[in-house]
Amino acid sequence: MSNARANILARLRAVAPQDTAATTEPAAPTEAELGRADKIARLKRLMENMHAEVIVTDSRNWTNALKDLLRQRSLNGLLCAPTTPIGTTLAESWESDLPPLVGYTEAVEQCKERLFAIDAAITSTKGGLADVGALILWPTPQEPRLMSLAPAVHIAVLEAAKIHGSLAEAIRRERWAGGMPTNALLISGPSKTADIELVLTFGVHGPKELIVLILDD
Amino acid sequence: MTETTVDFPRNFQKALGDGQLRRNLRAAMDTLGLRRRTLFSDPEAFEQLRARGDAIRRRALSKLPELLERLERKCTENGIRVHWAETPAEANQICLDIIRRHDATRVIKGKSMVSEEMHLNHFLEERGIEALETDLGEYIIQLDHETPSHIIVPAIHKNRDQIARLFHEKIPNTPYTEVVEELNAIARKVLREKFFAGEVGVSGVNFAVAETGTLCLVENEGNGRMCTTAPPVHIAVMGLEKVVERLEDVPPLLRLLTGSATGQLITTYFNMITSPRKPDEKDGPREVHLVLLDNGRTKIWADPELRQTLKCIRCGTCLNHCPVYTRLGGHAYGYVYPGPIGSILTPQMEGLESAGTMATASTFCGACEEVCPVKIPITDILRRLRVESYNKADTPNAVKGHGYKVNAAESLTWKGWALSNATPWVNALNAKLLGLLGPQLPKLPGPDIVKKWTQSRALPPFAAKSLHALVKEKGIADE
Ligand code: SF4
Repeated sequence: MSNARANILARLRAVAPQDTAATTEPAAPTEAELGRADKIARLKRLMENMHAEVIVTDSRNWTNALKDLLRQRSLNGLLCAPTTPIGTTLAESWESDLPPLVGYTEAVEQCKERLFAIDAAITSTKGGLADVGALILWPTPQEPRLMSLAPAVHIAVLEAAKIHGSLAEAIRRERWAGGMPTNALLISGPSKTADIELVLTFGVHGPKELIVLILDD
Repeated sequence: MTETTVDFPRNFQKALGDGQLRRNLRAAMDTLGLRRRTLFSDPEAFEQLRARGDAIRRRALSKLPELLERLERKCTENGIRVHWAETPAEANQICLDIIRRHDATRVIKGKSMVSEEMHLNHFLEERGIEALETDLGEYIIQLDHETPSHIIVPAIHKNRDQIARLFHEKIPNTPYTEVVEELNAIARKVLREKFFAGEVGVSGVNFAVAETGTLCLVENEGNGRMCTTAPPVHIAVMGLEKVVERLEDVPPLLRLLTGSATGQLITTYFNMITSPRKPDEKDGPREVHLVLLDNGRTKIWADPELRQTLKCIRCGTCLNHCPVYTRLGGHAYGYVYPGPIGSILTPQMEGLESAGTMATASTFCGACEEVCPVKIPITDILRRLRVESYNKADTPNAVKGHGYKVNAAESLTWKGWALSNATPWVNALNAKLLGLLGPQLPKLPGPDIVKKWTQSRALPPFAAKSLHALVKEKGIADE
């Protein structure tokens, strides 16, 4: 074992504390609280700017909206989490002309090939951020991380009541610091790059399409 | 490290003479600057935000040892293994040991400037391990055996024709195309197979949160998520200054970073990793390692003025606004970090004797400071480094390689200067002589410093009469 840790800490400890820290830290400016409709509108506009497709629907009609979307595309399957409310709702009303529902039920080691080959996946979200236009995802054992990453189309269901004003607000209100999940994500659109001449191109390594179904009940 | 003999004047000449490079850069830098200005269009709000960014980074640095220990404790509780490295060599060895323990030969990498600092790819390749860059820009330059020329947009020195030719030549069965979307699709296809087969993923870290033991990564492409999600092992490498105290410190820094770097409100992905895969989870790496690299940072930290260098969040906007960088590009600097941040960081890491010239690659226009989202006093630090270049005294905080510029002729000149200014009659004599001989200076025998200086500059004409003399003629009292 090297002594790197001890040496580094000893070097840092050898320096007398010196204040480079500002004694009074500027407080965060108070954020104007947006109403529900404004939050939805802002999130939709910003995410659409980033080439996401955003559909405002409600908890009775969202499956039909989803089916319409799927019928417009020719997809080889829809990956879902079978034991979540979304998964069970879909299983109950699935129709034969739709891409088959495929459950993410095994560990990635057993199904990696299928995960990388399936065209689309549907997930829930933990919430949204109105100020920047983004979704919050906390993947779970039922709804794992690769669902929102490996397939070319990611469909996300967002309940309007869970849209926060900002990330700071979400962290504070939901007390994230008290327990972070294995992986927390903010997603603001389909994957993109501007690495060639700063030309913005969508669909790099992550999904090429992001479709958000907002349930506004 | 490796770049011991950087020939700055030659590099600069070459870069300045490269018309293609200058056109590629100019267009890109103007665009990035404009996007940033559009996002931070309210100057008052921006000042408030960056005052917070500055304060958060200062607070984190003021508690650095404590926060590093807390980060380590939290990460360890969460199941992330923490490693400490004093040098790039140690950090490389730590990565290699982990990779070897898993018998892995295929490493996929997300963008990380610290791994560039370590020259990790080269190190692994020499040991038979493929280390593949997966960020599109990084992938492009790796194909061409180049290093990043910008810390945010690493292939910005290349235009689409150059990339089209490169892909056509280096990727088997690839037709020549200049269509950016098609170039992008080619890279997507090649890299998707690599993500699928990658055995170890390596990433950088944008912020590490001590409070929760969370590693934050900012990206647009999804390759960072791939590298940290698909392979069974994830190694994150970070400079030890990247720690922040609390989770709530993250949102303002995130806004400052994405806004300054590319003018985005937020990137496509913000990826927060707090633990390896838990027993009941179906994907994600089973092992997550965090490598904390010092490489001179503790020394920089010890000095209150120089410490401010470590506030940097690597947004790259100082490069985009620098009149020197925007004309040279990153490669001319010869080191991993170019532009204003490189010019203050590199000489401190590598030592003034090898990289001190970087501190002179500045016009002191201060544009970098005006835009820096964490208010680093870049010009003060540049000035300090220039002073240190002539400082022989071995004080504890003296920068590595200090005093390297001290030479007898120059000392003598300055002694003469001091004498002249303290002794009126010598000064008067000098003024007269310069008035007479000034124009001949470059042609006179002696040290060729004047000749060198005038090669690319016009020699200012010396006045025939000194200010003292003129003032006296006008009848103004002259003390
Ligand atoms: S010095 Fe400031 S402007 Fe430059 S990269 Fe760092 S944070 Fe950005």
